Amino acid sequence: MMDFFQYDFLRNTLLTGMIIGIMAPLLGVFVVFRRLSLISDALSHVTLSGVAASLLLEKYFFSSGFMSPLFMGMTFSVAGAFLIEKLRSVYRHYQELAIPIILSGGMGLGVILISLANGFNTDLFSFLFGSVSAVSGQDLMTVVIIAIFVVISIIVLYKELFLLSFDEEYAVASGINAKWIHYLFILLVALVVSVSMRVVGVLLVSSLMTLPVAASIRIAKGFKQTIIYSIIFGELSVVAGIFLSYFLNLAPGGTIVILQILILIFTLGWKKLRTR
Amino acid sequence: MSQNIIKIEDLSYSYDRQNVLKDINLLVKKGDFLGLVGPNGSGKSTLLKCILGIQQPNHGSIELFGTDIRKMKNWEKIGYVSQKANSFNSGFPASVFEVVSLGLVKKLGLFNGFKSSDKQKVTEALKSVGMNEFANRNIGELSGGQQQRVFIARALVSNPELLILDEPTVGVDAENVESFYELLSDLNTKLGITLLLVSHDIGIITDKVSHVACLNKKLHFHGSREKFKDATEKDLSILYGHSVHLLSHNHEHEEGRDSI
Repeated sequence: MMDFFQYDFLRNTLLTGMIIGIMAPLLGVFVVFRRLSLISDALSHVTLSGVAASLLLEKYFFSSGFMSPLFMGMTFSVAGAFLIEKLRSVYRHYQELAIPIILSGGMGLGVILISLANGFNTDLFSFLFGSVSAVSGQDLMTVVIIAIFVVISIIVLYKELFLLSFDEEYAVASGINAKWIHYLFILLVALVVSVSMRVVGVLLVSSLMTLPVAASIRIAKGFKQTIIYSIIFGELSVVAGIFLSYFLNLAPGGTIVILQILILIFTLGWKKLRTR
Repeated sequence: MSQNIIKIEDLSYSYDRQNVLKDINLLVKKGDFLGLVGPNGSGKSTLLKCILGIQQPNHGSIELFGTDIRKMKNWEKIGYVSQKANSFNSGFPASVFEVVSLGLVKKLGLFNGFKSSDKQKVTEALKSVGMNEFANRNIGELSGGQQQRVFIARALVSNPELLILDEPTVGVDAENVESFYELLSDLNTKLGITLLLVSHDIGIITDKVSHVACLNKKLHFHGSREKFKDATEKDLSILYGHSVHLLSHNHEHEEGRDSI
């Protein structure tokens, strides 16, 4: 166990994971209840094309990293989020159409960029499925800054976000600036999706926002409890997942998701036992 | 002369060049319990949205508490209970207490959390609708009638002077409808809250309210309940397009306000 902490990169991964384990489920609660679960999936695919763009630029034009993959991914993710909102207002009656359009668009662009680079080394693999050794000190700093921004925004707008998730019509009727709050919310989702990618990987990012919440709904009483349980489940799965994947030499993304599924199965069974 | 709560003058609203509301004039005074009735598609909900400031009429003016709606700031004076069936997210794991506390969101404004005095207000609002013992239950576990009481508590928590209810008994089972109206009439008489109740069901509400307004794009009747009962069935069939039978009543007729 001790030699785990001897390496800086492992410490970075663990700290990043612990922050994401709190931030992603916290935001995820609002994502799930606003029925926007799939948005995080679409945005993670857009993030992938940002990562590919950054790696491509690095390979051909700038040897020393002109824009880090994390930063480029984040930029793409935020742009994707606002495109989704735009599409949602274009297809008012089929709002969910925005998600497959952006998801496949992001993936398509990513694949083209990857093939233009004639493939990458293992680096890309770590972006897809997460890595315990890929988190740099700079990545950690970015995650810390984003986390502070996200947590403060949610604390300040807690009442408004709660009301908007629960009853949008009433929220508008009581004079809340729903549009403004929604845009900020989407921005937060885009940021969290892109920074979570380093640890769990692009393809599994959305699980961090949805699975802990799915488990929490089954047993929580009240909204506050739902948030608390979601964070506990998220944190538990990320920390345990990082340790397990290091010692068993597994991809952390997969390990974390499988742990979350186990927690979910446990809560499903728990509810059955108690109602019997 | 009691205070004007809602004053609507020459209001028209059209959507896609279709008239939804035309030349509406309506006056609601403090302490009134107005039942706004009309068939589906008669513009009831649109009129409510105009009163709540969600939609802007093309023509005419609305005053609330003597202030033009466009200059209205203290919206917490108005409580709103929407059609439950269409509105809230029923799987949402919010406790009854949390739902009622949402009624204070606008009053508190940004950056302010709930204080202990706010918790007291929530408890009082729950007591006034007889739901305090359910405070820690999830809203989704309650029956339609109980949920609707909780939503009334949410509207009451900011001490409104006007309570607007849009088809509040949709989704409430028949045996609880009666006690639901008793609650409303208590709010009206004991707490002095002015009520505006929207319904498509003429028969039930004409027994409970003090005034009736019949809407079908235009306002076809507006006056006291007693006058309404004198209105001929012919008047109502204009409104509904077929004959409507009212139960007979033998109340003493009193001086009612004429339609304006």
